[in-house]
Amino acid sequence: MTSDVQRTIAAVWRIEAARLIASLARITRDVGVAEELAQDALVAALEQWPRDGIPDNPGGWLMGAAKHRAIDQLRRGKRVERKHQEIGVGEAERERIVPDLEQAIDESVGDDLLRLVLVACHPVLPEESRVALTLRLLGGLSTDEIARAFLLPEPTVAQRIVRAKRTLSERQVPFEVPRGAELEERLSSVLAVVYLIFNEGYAATAGDDWMRPELCQDAMRLGRVLTNLVPDRPEVHGLSALMELTASRAAARVDSHGAPVVLLEQNRRRWDRLLIQRGLAALEKAEKLGGRGEPYTLQASIAACHARARTAEETDWVRIAALYTALARRLESPVVELNRAVALGLAFGPAVGLRELDENAGEPARADYHLLPTRAATCWPGSVARARRGPRPRAPRP
Amino acid sequence: MRFMMIVKANKDSEDGKLPSASMIAATGRYSEELAKAGVLLGGEGLHPTSKGARVKFAGGKATVVDGPFAEVKELIGGYWLLQVKSKEEAIEWARRYPPADDGTEGELELRQLYELEDFPSDLISDEDKAKEKALFEGAARNAKR
Repeated sequence: MTSDVQRTIAAVWRIEAARLIASLARITRDVGVAEELAQDALVAALEQWPRDGIPDNPGGWLMGAAKHRAIDQLRRGKRVERKHQEIGVGEAERERIVPDLEQAIDESVGDDLLRLVLVACHPVLPEESRVALTLRLLGGLSTDEIARAFLLPEPTVAQRIVRAKRTLSERQVPFEVPRGAELEERLSSVLAVVYLIFNEGYAATAGDDWMRPELCQDAMRLGRVLTNLVPDRPEVHGLSALMELTASRAAARVDSHGAPVVLLEQNRRRWDRLLIQRGLAALEKAEKLGGRGEPYTLQASIAACHARARTAEETDWVRIAALYTALARRLESPVVELNRAVALGLAFGPAVGLRELDENAGEPARADYHLLPTRAATCWPGSVARARRGPRPRAPRP
Repeated sequence: MRFMMIVKANKDSEDGKLPSASMIAATGRYSEELAKAGVLLGGEGLHPTSKGARVKFAGGKATVVDGPFAEVKELIGGYWLLQVKSKEEAIEWARRYPPADDGTEGELELRQLYELEDFPSDLISDEDKAKEKALFEGAARNAKR
């Protein structure tokens, strides 16, 4: 019975955490303090709900509990005193803040969530802290869940979060939405964090599993949240499209023996058509908003070419090559160069692809260079040696 | 995991009565809340069963039975598709569904979707190219606006 209640509390927390923390952060102007207040409310729920039952409006209950604590603490000035001294809020000022609190805490939270995610992904934080803080504050994940997802010891993740909150407080990172170019920059940091989480789930770098689907789901959920927070930004939809289209292939990536299956050999009936449809719809939105030449939208367009092809043979390699060419102009990446060469080879014949590879070979700085010949051989089986001897106009079968 | 949150039909929905303006507004807000939380994957509302039919199979024969169907409580009025982390989370979202403003009874049913990962990859044969094409043709048509 208790464990049932605890699972319910965990579910309520997952639903409410972000809004709760965001609302509290608007009042306290300190994400760390807000998060601690929300945690206190969670602890109170864990104590009381197993005894008294789940309240009818659990979200409202948590908000009420946190609100009481916030007012309590503001009155006593306990946790925020240090903060107030730093920013020069005096006794009189603090008295003025308290009455506003009751009202302010009930206001709409949309902008608060945006502020919260922008702060969690703030450039003053190291990348791994942005990831941990975003999952914790926006995704409603516990420190333990984050630790398990990244195969890290829990104290390591806890440390990261504590340090990140301290940094935000010390550097007095404002809880606000910046304007103009700064907003663009900050949003792109948010998208990068979400994509990083997705990639860690999709191509797990640690551990024995090929994928950690839970982490992909968390990233996709954050992506969908973002499409609602900043619906006018093309790249937000582009990223969502990219993640949904990529994830649509998840079930086809390993065979029944657990061995990896490369894209062109995947059983396309195991691709998730709901995710494909959602991905294509998001891509359309991104393009309508003018995202056509932007990196995430371009990558989503490439994924869409695969999703639209009924069989590997029907893949539109000419379009994929063009998209990679556009992407290479935006992203300096050996992986993009490699994929571009492979696509060119599949579109116009191995000779064209190999010429691209040879040009890349002139730049020894490219870390992934050692992969190129292997990949070429994999992608154009049997054609590499022939092409080395001279151009062949016929496009090979993938 | 994905859950289908099924809205059960009632007498009004079976009579083809649209919900009240305030109810439509309330479910609209609810839907927005699901979308903003990133859990909403899709959903549809269904016409009354008087516009539908059943096709029954017995002894290798198909028999068509036109709607409407009697057992209102067993019928479906619509569904939402949710992506959640646990059954408990699906339940918590269902609990937030706006109650009918005239106090009539309602029911939501939560059912977990099978995922492709639930089936071993060799269960679906690679040979069946014709079927594969038909399925993808449908998806591709939908995709082209």
